[in-house]
Amino acid sequence: MTVQDSRCAPGELGRDPAANENLAVSGDPAVADRAALATPFELTDLSRRRNAPGRRAGLRRVRWLLRGLVPAALLIAWQWSTSAGLVPPTTLASPKSVFEAARDLIADGELQTALRVSTGRALAGLVIGAGIGVAAGLVAGLWKLGEELVDSTLQMLRTVPFIALIPLFVVWFGIGDTPKIVLIAVACVFPVYLNTFAGVRGVDRRLIEVGRVFGLSRTRMITRLVLPNALPSVLVGIRYAMGISLLALVAAEQINASSGLGALVMNASNQIRTDIVIVGVVVYALLGLLVDLVVRLLERLLLPWRPTIVKS
Amino acid sequence: MTTPAGTTPAPAQPAVVMRDVGKAFAARRILDDFALTIARGEFVALLGRSGSGKTTLLRILAELDTVDEGTVLAPRNRSVVFQEPRLIPSERVWRNVLLGLPRRESTLARAQEALAEVNLADHARAWPHTLSGGEAQRVALARALVHRPDLLLLDEPFAALDALTRLRTQALVHELWHRHRPAVLLVTHDVDEALRLADRVVVLTDGKVGLDLRVDLPRPREGTGSRFGDLRSQLLAELGVARPSSPA
Repeated sequence: MTVQDSRCAPGELGRDPAANENLAVSGDPAVADRAALATPFELTDLSRRRNAPGRRAGLRRVRWLLRGLVPAALLIAWQWSTSAGLVPPTTLASPKSVFEAARDLIADGELQTALRVSTGRALAGLVIGAGIGVAAGLVAGLWKLGEELVDSTLQMLRTVPFIALIPLFVVWFGIGDTPKIVLIAVACVFPVYLNTFAGVRGVDRRLIEVGRVFGLSRTRMITRLVLPNALPSVLVGIRYAMGISLLALVAAEQINASSGLGALVMNASNQIRTDIVIVGVVVYALLGLLVDLVVRLLERLLLPWRPTIVKS
Repeated sequence: MTTPAGTTPAPAQPAVVMRDVGKAFAARRILDDFALTIARGEFVALLGRSGSGKTTLLRILAELDTVDEGTVLAPRNRSVVFQEPRLIPSERVWRNVLLGLPRRESTLARAQEALAEVNLADHARAWPHTLSGGEAQRVALARALVHRPDLLLLDEPFAALDALTRLRTQALVHELWHRHRPAVLLVTHDVDEALRLADRVVVLTDGKVGLDLRVDLPRPREGTGSRFGDLRSQLLAELGVARPSSPA
């Protein structure tokens, strides 16, 4: 009903050309105006529909509860099915035994040691890989010659899945920490390189013009205009690299690891101790969460000028 | 054309000299045997239809574009205010203002002095993204004036501002020009703005000076009166708005 009311108005407009023709003939605009105003239409009450703030606020209050509902149900189903004997512990340990395994591993310091060894590897690989990525990105981004030399080579190497390199690295570097760190470093180079290059190249041309107008040297253009502009992009690359370093860590540690989280998990797997395997998986997940927090903190500290970060 | 008023000095000491200037993009000739002289301290507004090459002319004087032929002389100490503020987002306002100054002159006090002139002294430590459009443009103005330029190039600096802010910023530019007396080239497409601010209004038509009007009106100008209206109709005619005009 109301919809049809509102359609009346375009109908009026549709008649306008005819009115204009009359206007041209009669030459009296008042006649046409009066004719247009004479055709009635109803007004729709647009203020009748209101927001329902009460319902939305209510939903917001229980949002966390709602979000936790499905995970909690899964956890209960897991605990129930394992303790009722539906699923044998060799297939899937119960949440309770996973918790106990974690407590034991922490109590005798095994988990802490493994964690220290593994994060050490990931961090070393990340620092080396990100360092190479930033350096290569700057060289390729700032100098045309650098782009010719670096870019196509890295683009080519990028197509190699890093996990395929594990057997080669084992031959080259043995089975100690070195092949693992090298693998993580290699995996981290590419996201950092690509984002650094894009960040350097993506600098606003109009800002460069300002630099030229006010007589900035090339060095100052780079330090004051190009690098700060590239920084958010570099951080995105590092964020990817952190995730990938964790992935590479897991992949590298599955093979010939005598220490670290991977060794812990692989040994437990050999002994069919699914509780310890799950502890390992959870720790990997927590590491991923930690990585995200660290990156957010870095962005907040390094990019204070960015509106999105200031507001959040 | 009107005869130059006797009150302004003859361009004996020019700030800008352009002679026989030619400039083409692809096959399109933007400037063709173009000549323009701006005296020291003179405020010149440059009008022209869109695409007539006004901005190209300004960019040539800013050394952001090159000429194909001819002579261009300009002071070394020039500043530009663009249509957009073009502030560096990663630096606070006061650092933006000092851009390009020698290190020993780059002090917070110097920046604050320049910001005070555009009534933004208390925004020195703000990030550019927290400023409104008009404030950011005033920072750009402070950045241009901190160099005490001999030639100030304004490329439609008011175009992106709302009507009220535009009037206020125009008055500010007029005041600062009056105080520091740089030669000014204001590129605009607003005839009233040109007439309110400039000593001379030049219309760029087909790569040449189509009209060169001396604005012999007392300052500050209200934009009313018959003489103002008379000058406005002349300019609009040259721009092809009021009535069709034969090419100059």
